[in-house]
Amino acid sequence: MEGDQELKELYQDILLDYSQSGAHKGTVEGADFHSHGINPVCGDEIEITMKTGKADGSIEKIRYSGHGCVISQASSAMMAECLEGKTPKQARELVLAFKDMMLSKTPLEVLPPELSVMKSLEGVRKFPLRVKCATLAWNTIQKSFPEEKTA
Amino acid sequence: MGFEVSEIRRDFPILSRKVHGKPLVYFDNAATTQKPKSLISALSSFYENHNGNIHRGAHTLSDEATTLVEESRQKTASFINAPKPETIVFTRNATEAINLVAHSWGRKFLKSGDEIILTELEHHSNLVPWQILSKEKSVKLRFIPIEKNGDLDLSEAKKLFSDKTKLISFTAASNVLGTLPPVKEIIGLAKQAGAKTLIDASQWTPHFKTDVQDWDCDFLAFSAHKMLGPTGLGVLYGRESLLEGMDPFLGGGDMIERVELESFTPNVLPAKFEAGTPAIAEAAVFPEALKYLSQIGFAAIEDQEQALLKRTLEILKNEPEVELYGSPLPQGRGGVISFNLRGLHSHDVGTSLDLEGVAVRTGHHCCQPLMRCLGVGGTARASFYFYNTLEEVEIFGHALRKTVEFFKPKLKTAGAK
Repeated sequence: MEGDQELKELYQDILLDYSQSGAHKGTVEGADFHSHGINPVCGDEIEITMKTGKADGSIEKIRYSGHGCVISQASSAMMAECLEGKTPKQARELVLAFKDMMLSKTPLEVLPPELSVMKSLEGVRKFPLRVKCATLAWNTIQKSFPEEKTA
Repeated sequence: MGFEVSEIRRDFPILSRKVHGKPLVYFDNAATTQKPKSLISALSSFYENHNGNIHRGAHTLSDEATTLVEESRQKTASFINAPKPETIVFTRNATEAINLVAHSWGRKFLKSGDEIILTELEHHSNLVPWQILSKEKSVKLRFIPIEKNGDLDLSEAKKLFSDKTKLISFTAASNVLGTLPPVKEIIGLAKQAGAKTLIDASQWTPHFKTDVQDWDCDFLAFSAHKMLGPTGLGVLYGRESLLEGMDPFLGGGDMIERVELESFTPNVLPAKFEAGTPAIAEAAVFPEALKYLSQIGFAAIEDQEQALLKRTLEILKNEPEVELYGSPLPQGRGGVISFNLRGLHSHDVGTSLDLEGVAVRTGHHCCQPLMRCLGVGGTARASFYFYNTLEEVEIFGHALRKTVEFFKPKLKTAGAK
């Protein structure tokens, strides 16, 4: 049955696991950056807080809070995992690479290895209205990068 | 039953298509309804035979198009029992109709300290225009609260009316809960207070007989596309004396009588409110939708929707993971049901149902304040029209069960109370 297969392809187990992961949920105490995002389609909101290291400005800790669907929650959890430890420049590039993949601008093969876990969101690309769920956290964190604001 | 569902379904070509390999079950009729063949071919026929701009030029096509649009206005007027065609203003949609009243009546006649009463049930389109007006004119907005079953709390409503109340604008049928507020009773309260009344009939007119003279409302707004008609066409009915006294809405062609370089005099009703080239083809073919609805008849439409509601509510009440919002009874409500599966986000439910061919709306339904009243971020919503069948309700029930069975073992929140 076409629909059954598609449901399994869209909601892969790894996605469901990440969506329930508490590892990066919450708020960073004494955060350097925080950013708030809303998905206007469903009204879901997300709050991202981030602490960066002193020397090269690399991201020490990312936390997200808010309520959302499996896709938005899994994407937030995976994003936090992928971007922790990265310099702002690296993080910005990874955000762009992920968004390009979701908007089907780039084939999965060119996704940077740091983002390989994000391939589990591939199925979402068939559902244009749900792409916004997958990119909510990424759009939100993008707003909090200091250089982005002046760019 | 006044009609055979399997027969009338043949009039709606889209209903036989497949989605994700499954037959389409279209339960998103509160968002927009599907169109009968007669309307689709009328649209082609208009462009093939009569297309011209209206109220201009002395050529045959312009004359024919003008006649079709003006006949449509007459038929729309008689469909809602409006006293004269001039009291029917064609807009883009119900949203624009409400904005027109806020702009042209509200801005002209309201002043600081005046009050407008709305309700917690309202769609953003009947909230935001008044919020904009409230900010501009320092008008106070007050809200009739809802009870747990989705009914308006009328005893609280009575306390809100005073000599400061200048308008009440409210929905005749909720697009989320299916609530049918007692329109006549509320209009009665408004009249006692000397307030004007605007009925958002977007979810009413497609399903029930509308009679503006019986209700004796001052304004009424609805959209053609929610009642078999084309998109891009809305209707504002207004009491003639009020429309006469109001300022124009948008400026441009058609709405003027005479224009100087620095001034204009507005046209007569209803052209005064219809600036620019309107949705000509859409207005011209709208009578096909009205004719279809009249042939089926509202009594038969209500019978069919009640049957669908009754069975759907049974299924939902028997599904332990379902959280139902609004009244659990089919009687006295519209064919709209909002629910959630416990521990699941409505978007995931919506996608899962879509993969079974079932189209429902998910999210906040343009009613964020109502979602806050219900204590949820969003809901899944099934909404019916007379062409839906009990077989489709069963497919919906199976798809829902499948959704629970798929997510429950994988999500620890799923099914949690």
